[in-house]
Amino acid sequence: MGSLSKTFTSSVGRKFVMGLTGLFLISFLIVHVSINALIFLNDGGQTFNVAADFMGHNLIVRIMEIGLFAGIILHIVQAIVLTAQNKAARPATYAYSNASANSTWYSRSMGLLGTLILMFLILHLYHFWWPTKAAVFNHEEHDTFQNITMVFQELWVVIVYVLGVISLGYHLLHGFQSAFQTMGWNHKKWTPIVKAIGFWFSIIVPIIFALMPISIYLGWIS
Amino acid sequence: MNLTLKVWRQKNSKSTGNLVDYKVSDISPDMSFLEMFDVLNEQLINKGEEPIVFDHDCREGICGMCSMYINGRPHGPKDLVTTCQLHMRSFKDGDTIVVEPWRAKAFPVIKDLAVDRSAFDRVIAAGGFISVNTGNAQDANNLPIAKSKADAAFEAAACIGCGACVAACKNASAMLFVSAKVSQFSLLPQGQPERYKRVQNMVAQMDSEGFGNCTNTGACEAECPKGISLENIARMNRDYLTAKLFSEEEA
Repeated sequence: MGSLSKTFTSSVGRKFVMGLTGLFLISFLIVHVSINALIFLNDGGQTFNVAADFMGHNLIVRIMEIGLFAGIILHIVQAIVLTAQNKAARPATYAYSNASANSTWYSRSMGLLGTLILMFLILHLYHFWWPTKAAVFNHEEHDTFQNITMVFQELWVVIVYVLGVISLGYHLLHGFQSAFQTMGWNHKKWTPIVKAIGFWFSIIVPIIFALMPISIYLGWIS
Repeated sequence: MNLTLKVWRQKNSKSTGNLVDYKVSDISPDMSFLEMFDVLNEQLINKGEEPIVFDHDCREGICGMCSMYINGRPHGPKDLVTTCQLHMRSFKDGDTIVVEPWRAKAFPVIKDLAVDRSAFDRVIAAGGFISVNTGNAQDANNLPIAKSKADAAFEAAACIGCGACVAACKNASAMLFVSAKVSQFSLLPQGQPERYKRVQNMVAQMDSEGFGNCTNTGACEAECPKGISLENIARMNRDYLTAKLFSEEEA
């Protein structure tokens, strides 16, 4: 057991936790974006509300939700510890560094992008997660679709949401393939496929997310 | 060529250094970057000033000593070269060139541009070897090795331990170096008996030296003078996690 616990405090072990929680959060995004996309049926939110209601009350989903929060917290805690170690590894910085010559800006800015996503997430939970919880607690009916159409009437909210998912997009653009590399899943045949899937995932998923507030604000969906 | 150099001068590991401006003139474009530094040092000696300390040994791209961070990149603007293989024709007349040492907690500056890379030696000593009894080498045909594996092991073994990966990495991570040294053995039959012990010991030593953690930016691979691939880091992670989670071999 001693050896096992030491595994997860080593550099490779911490990155393993980072990658594993990252992939878990990606799998959550697939569920989230699929349910969101139901509003584009434009049936007054009927189908969407059925799905939202199921997610709000199903026991397995409730248990998964605890896992999801644990995953997010673990991902954040590991990120903080790793960043602190990484900063300590270079106490004196370069007077002149041309980092763009050897790496992309978003691969070097995962901490910044993650912080932006977290700030967005707090607002997002306040808008949509908390009202659902309050309704379940008070045994009230909750019309999620109506809540959405209300929240996205404000232009600044729409702008913050679009910026939030752009941060998510860039975070995924590096994070998706990076998670596979960290887990050691690098293969001549499979890595190009993983990279291609990661690239399109990082573009398509944020676009679907962004279309939701935009189309409600512009009245495409009601 | 006439150039302005901004060179890091630092008395020793305890003192704080600073960039000092120097002018060099009549530099031939065919000189290597180190030969240009030889000219500069001649000038300084003639003026009675202290010459700039920089590491160099083979001057043919295999010793890995010439650790200079030139214009914001390890070994300067060219790919797949060490500083001694960088020629002045890669710069323009009148250029200002900034030269700094590698910067990492694990690589303390000894003086000026020379850093102490013995952290790498300690990582190697922790497991970067195979234990064999001495005696006659056995017949090579006794050990068939797939061509793809032999090639990958050879490419990993091309690492000269220069530390450009650490210098380039925004986290000062040594994972490209350590993974190359792990991979060259884990790909070959001779490396198998100690495979899972080796990776655990070398990663533990790497961590204790104070190197940062890999965030897969790929800067190391882009700056490596020997083109060591990120595939090696994935292989090391794979071997490490396999060793820790499934191997009964304790390190």
